[in-house]
Amino acid sequence: MIFFRLILTNLRRHRVRTSIGVAGIAFSVAAMLTVVTILQGAIGMFERILSNDSEIIVFERNVSDLFFSCVPDDAVAQMNQMSMVQHAHPVLFGIVSSADHPIITCFGVIAADARIRNPEWRAGNRDDFGKNIRGVALGERAAEFLKARVGDEVPIGRETFPVIGILKTANGFEDGGVFMPLATAQQFFHKEGVASVATIKLKNKDDKAAFKQAVAEKYPTLIALENADFSRSYSQFKILKATAWAVGCCGLILGGLGVANTMIMSVFTRIREIAILRVNGFSSAQIAGIIFGESALVSVVGAILGLMIGALVIVALKFVPMLHGYVDASLHPMVILAVVGLACVTGIAGALYPAFYAMRIRPVEALRFE
Amino acid sequence: MITAMSLTSQPDKPISLRAQNVWKSYDDNAVSVLNGVDFQAFTGETVALCGPSGCGKSTLLHLLGGLDEPDHGEICVNGIASRRSGDLLRLLRHEVGFVFQLHNLIPDLTLAENCLIPIVAAGIKRPEAHARLTQLVERTGLTHRVHHRIQKLSGGERQRTALCRALMNRPRILLADEPTGSLDDRTRSQIFELLLELVANEGLTLVMATHDRELAERCDRVVVMKDGKVYEST
Repeated sequence: MIFFRLILTNLRRHRVRTSIGVAGIAFSVAAMLTVVTILQGAIGMFERILSNDSEIIVFERNVSDLFFSCVPDDAVAQMNQMSMVQHAHPVLFGIVSSADHPIITCFGVIAADARIRNPEWRAGNRDDFGKNIRGVALGERAAEFLKARVGDEVPIGRETFPVIGILKTANGFEDGGVFMPLATAQQFFHKEGVASVATIKLKNKDDKAAFKQAVAEKYPTLIALENADFSRSYSQFKILKATAWAVGCCGLILGGLGVANTMIMSVFTRIREIAILRVNGFSSAQIAGIIFGESALVSVVGAILGLMIGALVIVALKFVPMLHGYVDASLHPMVILAVVGLACVTGIAGALYPAFYAMRIRPVEALRFE
Repeated sequence: MITAMSLTSQPDKPISLRAQNVWKSYDDNAVSVLNGVDFQAFTGETVALCGPSGCGKSTLLHLLGGLDEPDHGEICVNGIASRRSGDLLRLLRHEVGFVFQLHNLIPDLTLAENCLIPIVAAGIKRPEAHARLTQLVERTGLTHRVHHRIQKLSGGERQRTALCRALMNRPRILLADEPTGSLDDRTRSQIFELLLELVANEGLTLVMATHDRELAERCDRVVVMKDGKVYEST
């Protein structure tokens, strides 16, 4: 209890300094949480695009980005003929632009694709998709920012396309995207005869290994991965995740430096007090315990505050119309644990030098010169 | 007359503190403070260290209490050389209590919390610690102040608190560095009386550095220091 009082006393004695330390950790945690959650959400949305009504994704081996992947139509057709396959759907990804929006994701799909069959169609008829080879369906948010309704012609790239439907999906990329019949997309993106990926649904999930083996043998240039494996191995996801954590860690390091500064000042301003504790029998470890205790308390309070700020920011971002569907506001427990853990580690690391300094204070010198 | 001190023994009392040929200097030997000091105090004895400022009284006390190490020579506390860090901790936690001229209390803590600091350091059980605290604050007349912060206490009360803290772990030796130096005459006398009474009751060895010749004369023995050497006057 006295030990805890010694920790608390010093933090309360210098409230402004303590608050600055707490704020440093809090804003770092909030920044890390926000960046990681938004990017995890974005990755999650992309994963859901790929895993929509499928278990396996087939794409070109060794491509850095799925936009550059080429899966021949005949290969997809042959996969559809495999006895273990329920369906193999080709999907062509492309980026298009319109007057005010330089980047719109475009999905070249067949009418049977889950992206066309499953969402709620706010306007138009899903059965019409593909009947008019030029007719495109818009995600609801894309329809909003393109100010398009069914029957309108929307300018996309150098061409215009008639809108045959508007559909609502929970996925931000899809909701802000354009769905073209596969053949139209292949022509538009100069990728005749190929798709970016084939999404595969098997009749029996136990056949995953057999299917992957079959693809490896029949199509040496292609690779089949289960969705979870794909998420783990896809370099773009890895880069995004690494970037998110790197940015977050930079924030935390800054927060840690704030804590280090707070703790250094804390030690420097009470050298005499530490000397008194030493004279009264406190060991070096006990002195370090007080410094680390202070730092841990600052870090924990900062982390809790940061979680609250981060959660508020994420919820607020979710309500920004431009980001609608892009921000996944669900906070994953593992992310929270990782962020809080990193905050505590950073805070404690920030106390290493101050603790070392405090441990080396010689009471006789501190008391002699007072 | 003052003569250079020799290490004599009193056959009926064991030696509690002993410094043998102790040398100490600061600033890379630029300031020589102790020059071959020999000193001893017997169990239950009260010894006053007198001498002009800078003669090495505080330095000798710090060395005797294990707060510093001599450049040369040996310090023994209750027969054990106090060199190793483990021994130093044991010394500070169980063998030696310190009282300083400035009370050296932590101002944001209460009287009780300040007194319990040595208990926390030594890891002594709570009920035992509180019983000891109650006993000491009763003896020093601080019962009504036990939950007051140090800032609210008078100079005399603070020094009495420091005395309580020094005695919390039942040390066998009390080292006091001008314990009444910052007090007015009346309070000084009261604190000194209390100090002697506690020392007698607890059977402690007291070594006290003081400028006050009158107080020093009331100790069993007065040791005079000059130019880093020890002389015994009485």
